[in-house]
Parts: sequence; structure tokens; C-alpha cells
Amino acid sequence: MAVQTFRDGEERLISIIGDEDTVTGFLLAGVGDCDRRKNMTNFLMVDKNTQLSAIEAAFKSFSTRSDIAIILINQHIAEDIRYLLNDYHKTIPTVLEIPSKDFGYDTNKDPVFKRVKQQLGETD
Amino acid sequence: MSAARYPTLPSRMTLQAFKNRLKGAQKGHSLLKKKADALIIRFRKLLKELKTTKEEMMGEMKKALFSIAEAKFTAGDNISMAVVESVKNAAVKAQIRNDNVAGVRLPVFRLMEFQTDDMAGIGKGGEQIRGVRVAFQRLLELMVKIASLQTSFVTLDNAIKVTNRRVNALEKVVIPRIENTITYIICELDELEREEFFRLKKVQKVKKRNAEADEKLRREMGQHLLKASNLLEDSEFSPDADLVV
Repeated sequence: MAVQTFRDGEERLISIIGDEDTVTGFLLAGVGDCDRRKNMTNFLMVDKNTQLSAIEAAFKSFSTRSDIAIILINQHIAEDIRYLLNDYHKTIPTVLEIPSKDFGYDTNKDPVFKRVKQQLGETD
Repeated sequence: MSAARYPTLPSRMTLQAFKNRLKGAQKGHSLLKKKADALIIRFRKLLKELKTTKEEMMGEMKKALFSIAEAKFTAGDNISMAVVESVKNAAVKAQIRNDNVAGVRLPVFRLMEFQTDDMAGIGKGGEQIRGVRVAFQRLLELMVKIASLQTSFVTLDNAIKVTNRRVNALEKVVIPRIENTITYIICELDELEREEFFRLKKVQKVKKRNAEADEKLRREMGQHLLKASNLLEDSEFSPDADLVV
């Protein structure tokens, strides 16, 4: 089990890996953070030309940074790195799958949702 | 499956020690059971909330994405680039708090807003942009709530598993073992007592036998002495004779 290494009341960023529209929207809402000196951002815009390795690298980096609390990720992108997400067991940062404009949202693919359904004893 | 017993010397002291251990283990077991129950109650509540909130989020997301489509339609396709370029410091962050349920620390998130000097979009005005921002801000609140529920869900799940494991370990392994040890010690003590009792009886028997033999010997001695003194009386040596020589 992961050891909690945050202080009570600590403030952290919300990061986002998503398609253009999703990321733009959230940046407008104010989650974007860009550290000019280190050239580090907390978001990744993914389109059809983005390499899988870039997505992997972004996810690995966000999940190991100590200043990020939540990773928002479009579900279709989550599918691409499903193997990474299946092995991911940390509580913080939390990974939250969100629907995207073109690909909707399948509750059967979201691992957390599946667990919830299982616990409630519902069958599909 | 009854486990074996603990290796120990059977004595009254160890018996007392193990009785205390049994009491401790039983108390621990009931406390842990209560903890598991409390955790499960909180867990069920969380489950329902998580499911409904996530479903709500899906509806909100559609609305938010639609608003972006609207904005693009009126303001052109290049707002994305402009927004990305203007990102500096985060205006919203998530605050992590610790919540305590029956001794388990649960992380809870809360949305925090900051005033930064850079307000991306204020300069870019436009009602559509503002609409997008509002829709996504509302969405963000929901997201933070869901993320919070999700982390609590995962943490609680693990905590419940661990607690149940401990309850079972106590119930099926530790307590039976201690009970077996106590039974063993009591049996051994009884056995020792029986041996002691038997030994006592045997010694008594031997003593009695010796006492009887002594008595018989004394009686025989007494009879011999009597016979000897009678012989003396019948002989010429009279006790009245003048012995002064």
C-alpha cells in the first residue's frame, strides 16, 4: 500500500492529458500551470499525431511528481495506456477518466467504475 | 482446523499469563470487528455517491464540450493555441485534507481558487469564451469531488481488506492456539497433581508398614525381656542376698 506523503491541507495541481477541446476548456478554467524555468507543464494535448511514448512519458511524469493531486485523462487516451493504468496503484495522484467529445464514455472500461459496480453487486 | 499450541512449560504462572493473553486477543478481536463494520458503512455510502456523481459528470461534460464547440464556431479555431501560450501559474488547485474514519486516514480533495495576476481569457473577452470557462469551472468542481470520492474509495477498500485479514487471523489462528495451550497446561497440572497425590499415598503406605513392623519388633523384644527376668527370679541368686562383700 502506498505511504501517504502529503501534509494535511497541502495544495496540489490538477493535471490533464486530453484532446484539444478538453485541455483548452480546463486551461480556461484555470488548472494550467507552466513553470517557465524548468519548462514543465501539467497538461498534455493529445491529437492523432501524438506519439504513444509521449503520452506514456507524460503519465509517468505526472504520476511521480509530488505537486500533482489529480490526473484527468480522456477515456480514449486512457485506453492507449491501459497497461500502465492497470499497474497503477497509488492513491495520490488519483487518475480520473473522463469522456471525450468523439468517443463517449464506457463505464465498463473505467476500472474504478467496474469495482464500484462489483461492490454494489450489480451485473451489467 | 485447530492450530497447534504454543511451546511452553506447564506451570501456574504460565497458565495465568496465557489466560491474560486470551483475554487480550478476544478484546482485540471484538474491537477490530467493530472497526471493520464502521469502515464498511462508510464504504457503502461512498459507493452510492461515487456512482451517481460520475454519472452526473458525464452529462456535464457533454455540455461543457458543446460550449467549446460553440466558442470555436464564433471565435475561430485558434483559441486553443492562444490559451496554451498564456498559461502561467495555476489559478485553481486541489487541496488535500485528511479525514479520519475509525482510525483510517482518508484523503479528501477540495477545489481552491487563487488570484493570479494572469487571468487567461479575461483579455480575450467574448461571451463564448466566458461561457466555456464557466462550464468547465462547474465541471472541475464535479471532477474534484469525484477524485476525492475515488481516493477515499480505494483507500477504504484496502483498509477493509487489511482489517478483515487481521480479524480472521485472530479468530482462526491466534485464539485457538492460545486455547489449546491453556488446555494443555491444565491437563499437565492435573497430571502432576495426580502424581503428587499418588506419591503421597505410597509414602504413607510405606510409613504405615514400617510403623507396624517396628511395633511387632518391640512387642517381641518385650516378651523376651519378660522371660529373661522370670528365669532370674527362679534361680539361686536372690535379690535379698547380702551383696555387700
